[in-house]
Amino acid sequence: MCGIVGLFLKDKALEPQLGALLTDMLITMTDRGPDSAGIAIYGTDADGNSKLTVQSPNPDADFKGLAAELGKAIGTKVAQRDKDTHTVLEMPAEKIAEAREALKTLRPDTRVMSTGDTMEIYKEVGLPKDVASRFDVAKMSGTHGIGHTRMATESAVTTMGAHPFSTGSDQCLVHNGSLSNHNSLRRQLAREGILTETMNDTEVGAAYLTWKMREGATLGEALESSLDDLDGFFTFVVGTKDGFGVVRDPIACKPAVMAETDQYVAFGSEYRALVNLPGIETARVWEPEPATVYFWNH
Amino acid sequence: MQTIDLEATGLRDLNATLQAQSADTNQTAWEIVNAKGSHALAVGLDAPIDVTVKGSTGYYCGGMNKQATIRIHGSAGPGVAENMMSGTVIIEGDASQYAGATGHGGLLVIKGNASSRCGISMKGIDIVVQGNIGHMSAFMAQSGNLVVCGNAGDALGDSLYEARLFVRGTVKSLGADCIEKEMRPEHLEILRDLLDRAGIDAKPEEFKRYGSARKLYNFDVDNASAY
Repeated sequence: MCGIVGLFLKDKALEPQLGALLTDMLITMTDRGPDSAGIAIYGTDADGNSKLTVQSPNPDADFKGLAAELGKAIGTKVAQRDKDTHTVLEMPAEKIAEAREALKTLRPDTRVMSTGDTMEIYKEVGLPKDVASRFDVAKMSGTHGIGHTRMATESAVTTMGAHPFSTGSDQCLVHNGSLSNHNSLRRQLAREGILTETMNDTEVGAAYLTWKMREGATLGEALESSLDDLDGFFTFVVGTKDGFGVVRDPIACKPAVMAETDQYVAFGSEYRALVNLPGIETARVWEPEPATVYFWNH
Repeated sequence: MQTIDLEATGLRDLNATLQAQSADTNQTAWEIVNAKGSHALAVGLDAPIDVTVKGSTGYYCGGMNKQATIRIHGSAGPGVAENMMSGTVIIEGDASQYAGATGHGGLLVIKGNASSRCGISMKGIDIVVQGNIGHMSAFMAQSGNLVVCGNAGDALGDSLYEARLFVRGTVKSLGADCIEKEMRPEHLEILRDLLDRAGIDAKPEEFKRYGSARKLYNFDVDNASAY
């Protein structure tokens, strides 16, 4: 069992409240997933700069002087914004790949959570309320965001096993369910040059979408083909720089509720995650159909 | 009318209060406010009381109900009226998966749509859905009636026993051992009565009846491919 929440704003006036609304939704889903939690938040575009969000088990040591050292190593100006065990490094988009390589030697213990123009991923082990408060999610603003509360079934309770998983620049995936063909798919993807870092089934799902999109599929098409190629149970919620998507496997035993108003599209594993959203009383509320891809774009 | 604010009272006290009502209670009308999608609301009731839940509910609302009438002014989460024994549960909105699962008796009315596995393993309950139902509904349904005024999803009535299924719209596909059957006068009578009791205006003659072909009751090697 896991909990998923997602909020895609149509009304700009709600953007300053995105983090607070998502935090409330996430905490409501605590009893579906008390062992770890995470959030992907799509903030403001950083004027041609891209963001590299990095996690460290020893943030004090690893983040000290990091922007300066990294900037020197890759020959550009890097801005740094620390948040507990995570730090967001901003730099010109074309330097991101180089920076990832440089980090491997500069700070070998750090792990890349996400890259992108607007997306930042924060995730840790612990109760959702504690994870949200460590990163001050309630104060974040943005256009859309996806959160996950995890009750682990397929792999260990670690930071890297927590969701969301990044599937590429500004792309993320969260999952409720369990995939049963992830080992064979992991080997198949490795032959295609798509490497995964953990033994987690969801990471394989994310890597699968990355591969499909690398081969030219749109996210919508990649989600359609996941229905044929992924075996197991899944309700997926995905985010892109300007989009938000949902797909459930054909059996659809993992719960899902959606709500739409003029102001937003919201997703919850259960209705109670949505009850404090503005105007929910008059929202169109429905259960997404099995084996059907839903997608919204800004 | 007794009103219980779930936020102020808490779930255990709310259910204990409703469960404590006896057959001759004079407090027959109850209203629950601030339901907010909570789980296991008004479960295990056993008195002829009338409970209205304002708002949508989470998992298992009205589970194991006996005698009581439970009205949900909103939509219901998974497993609404699961294993109901008697009484009535009426949902103004939609119902999520496995509504009325394993129900032994009583009447479940869903004014909106029901999703997958509606009436799975039903054992005598009557279910009337004004909208559509999802896939694998009435799987292994043993007895009772499932009435669908809209359409049915994939694999309706898979491995069906003796429950009667009535569908007015289309059936995406029938499950193993489920077939269309002749609608005889006694079936029209049953259907008319169920539609009346559910307060739904539909003509029994517009429905088709589905039931078990009874080929999977006993193991037959010629049916091996159907298992």
